[in-house]
Amino acid sequence: MNSLIFRTIAPLLVAVMLVFSVFVLLRGHNEPGGGFIGGLIAASALAIYGMAMGVDAARTALKVHPLAYAGFGVALAALAGVLSILFDVPFLTGLWTIFELDEVEVAISTPMVFDIGVYFVVFGTIAAVALALEDEEGGA
Amino acid sequence: MSGAMQDFATHPTNWLVILPVVLALLGGAVLLMLREAREAQFWLALGIVAVIFVSDIALALRVSETGPVAMTMGRWLPPFGISFVADLTSAVFALAAAGVTLLLLVYLRMDMPDRARRDGVYPLILLLLAGVSGSFLTGDLFNLYVWFEVMLISSFGLMVLGGRNIQLDGTVKYGFLNFLATTFFLAALGLLYGTLGTLNMADIVGRAGLANPAVMTSIAALLLLAFGMKAAAFPVNAWLPASYHAPPAAISALLAGLLTKVGVYALLRALVMLLPASREVLEPVLVLVAIGTLILGPLGAIAETNLRRALGFLVIGGIGATIAGAALGNATGLAGSVTYVLHAMLTISGLYLVAGLLEAISGETDTRRMGGVYAAASLPSLLFFVLMLAVAGVPPFLGFWPKLLLVQGGIEGWGFGRDGWALTLWLAVLANALLTLIAVSRLWAHIFWRPGHEGAATEAPNPDLKPLSPQVRWLGLGSAGVLTLVVLLLGLWPEPLLGFGKDAAAGLLRPANYIVATGLEGAAP
Amino acid sequence: MDHVIAALSGVFLAAAIYLLLSRALIRMLLGLVLLGNAVNLLILVAGRLGRIVPPIALDGANAPSAGAANPLPQALILTAIVIGFAMFAFLLVLAYRTYQSLEADDTDRMRVAEPRGGPKPPMSY
Repeated sequence: MNSLIFRTIAPLLVAVMLVFSVFVLLRGHNEPGGGFIGGLIAASALAIYGMAMGVDAARTALKVHPLAYAGFGVALAALAGVLSILFDVPFLTGLWTIFELDEVEVAISTPMVFDIGVYFVVFGTIAAVALALEDEEGGA
Repeated sequence: MSGAMQDFATHPTNWLVILPVVLALLGGAVLLMLREAREAQFWLALGIVAVIFVSDIALALRVSETGPVAMTMGRWLPPFGISFVADLTSAVFALAAAGVTLLLLVYLRMDMPDRARRDGVYPLILLLLAGVSGSFLTGDLFNLYVWFEVMLISSFGLMVLGGRNIQLDGTVKYGFLNFLATTFFLAALGLLYGTLGTLNMADIVGRAGLANPAVMTSIAALLLLAFGMKAAAFPVNAWLPASYHAPPAAISALLAGLLTKVGVYALLRALVMLLPASREVLEPVLVLVAIGTLILGPLGAIAETNLRRALGFLVIGGIGATIAGAALGNATGLAGSVTYVLHAMLTISGLYLVAGLLEAISGETDTRRMGGVYAAASLPSLLFFVLMLAVAGVPPFLGFWPKLLLVQGGIEGWGFGRDGWALTLWLAVLANALLTLIAVSRLWAHIFWRPGHEGAATEAPNPDLKPLSPQVRWLGLGSAGVLTLVVLLLGLWPEPLLGFGKDAAAGLLRPANYIVATGLEGAAP
Repeated sequence: MDHVIAALSGVFLAAAIYLLLSRALIRMLLGLVLLGNAVNLLILVAGRLGRIVPPIALDGANAPSAGAANPLPQALILTAIVIGFAMFAFLLVLAYRTYQSLEADDTDRMRVAEPRGGPKPPMSY
């Protein structure tokens, strides 16, 4: 799409959406939000980038193929489940560790790692589909 | 809340039940990340599937020694958490699936176009294996639906890989109809949950008998439709011959060997183990479906001139045999069903692999223009000969034993005075064996014995046949040969097969051990 | 309320089947989407409607308060929606590619894998 206004505003929009997607991902642990919706927001940010700058620019910005992100997500989620083999509990059991960081309690848990995995899976697959469809539009 | 949580340590060997699925998922994920390293992808895929195969062997041994193994995810207690349960049927099917996949990976190396490799054939195969193993090993119906979808989406990918027009066409039909089938499955799940309040298989066994039988039977009918579509049973079988011949031979073999068998497995699990009372009500339907599938499959194969489409019809005929066992419902018939599934996984995959070799030799997909392969390439001919006798059920080859059990089951059911159904099934199984034999012997005569093309006047050898290249000979013929050898040995020494059939059928008919292993003994009937 | 949603599910199902009977790929695709929604509504009704307390454990409590809605159908539907969405995306790309390559969105004209007027069965032997 060849619009000066869109091309100027797109990077800003994309940056805000990506930060927001991470916010939604982390907030999702106890409140509405989560990896799925975060991944969708991130993927739509990439789709906007692709519309503004062209699909090639979007692919370059990703560095690797979008499906590789999805693969990373699946691996992360599976590893979060496998970790419980060390603690004699079944697959996918939630494990928690809480440490203090400047009087702020930070809780790290395997459900969160799993959710980050979901984020990458959704981001990768939706980005792959969106870029493929945008490619077709441009090519036709 | 702590009442719903498991408070004992999980034994490490219980991980065996989830390991094949986790390894396949992890492996597929890692391969997706290694898109560019195509050579490394192959070796890694081979290694992972080999490890899965070994862990499946360990699981099968453990199950045959100590009975079903189970694990419920996330430390929740059974009806709340998602259970994975392996009884003998699941464990052995998962083992066969991993073994077939291992050989196919080797075969695939001989002729995969580089484009397909770039687009990720190896990750898709591992994800497919994850879906298939997950479907076999899960003990939760909704989870079964999820694995169905994992399997479905990776099989879409595999089928369309390479993007030739014929593949696009086949995938559209395959995709729409299979997605429709899983949606029906989902609808049945919703109704089942609404009625029983649980989707855990072991829990359903205990509760289904207490619910309204009419409602249960409607749900069972919906499940029969959904799984029948997945398994390509008559009259919802049209998608299979329309699509399975489109992708390369190795992919066809993978899909034909594993996917329809998952549908049959789900059918046996749902109707025989979970809803036995409804199965009895649906018996006339099952009998009609089985007879239609048994007769239609080989008839289609006789009329077909495209080699792999003809094999597709033979797949359908085999599905009829497995449904016949479910329709009989006695222990012998069911043993015939489960052993037939195992036999079909190995034999049908082998046939597709040899079909790929024949296509490489003749450069043709049409049996009328193959001609004279026996004179040009005797080893593939020998493999085809063994496999074709196995699929037709000629003693002492592998296919004979399941059919023997089915025929025995038919006689038993008939003797016990269960109206005429068992007799008609018995006749249909015999007719199926005869028609299949006619179909494969015609293939044999056309492809191997006839000197040249159909209608050619000369007796001279077919000039269009090319010898196999060394790579194809080693990889393609080697993997097809190993598979054929397994089929041959299992046919000559059938005791392990028959023992498995007997125990697996007993496990499906009397799932008390399954329920105890899941951890629900209180709910057992 | 149950009856209304159940009837709505039925209407969706009828519309879905009508669309699925069409020969145009894109209508069939829309039919599948509608069918998915009909089934999701069905699961929702099957899990019983009518309670208004959200199934969330309040601060300090170990379990949701009494009379809370059943969260499981919602979890099932969420999973089904996600999967259905992925399938829809795949089938949409597939249908589009097929339309480009075969220049047909009418299934009657998609006869590459199964040619019309195919050969007669082999007659010899």
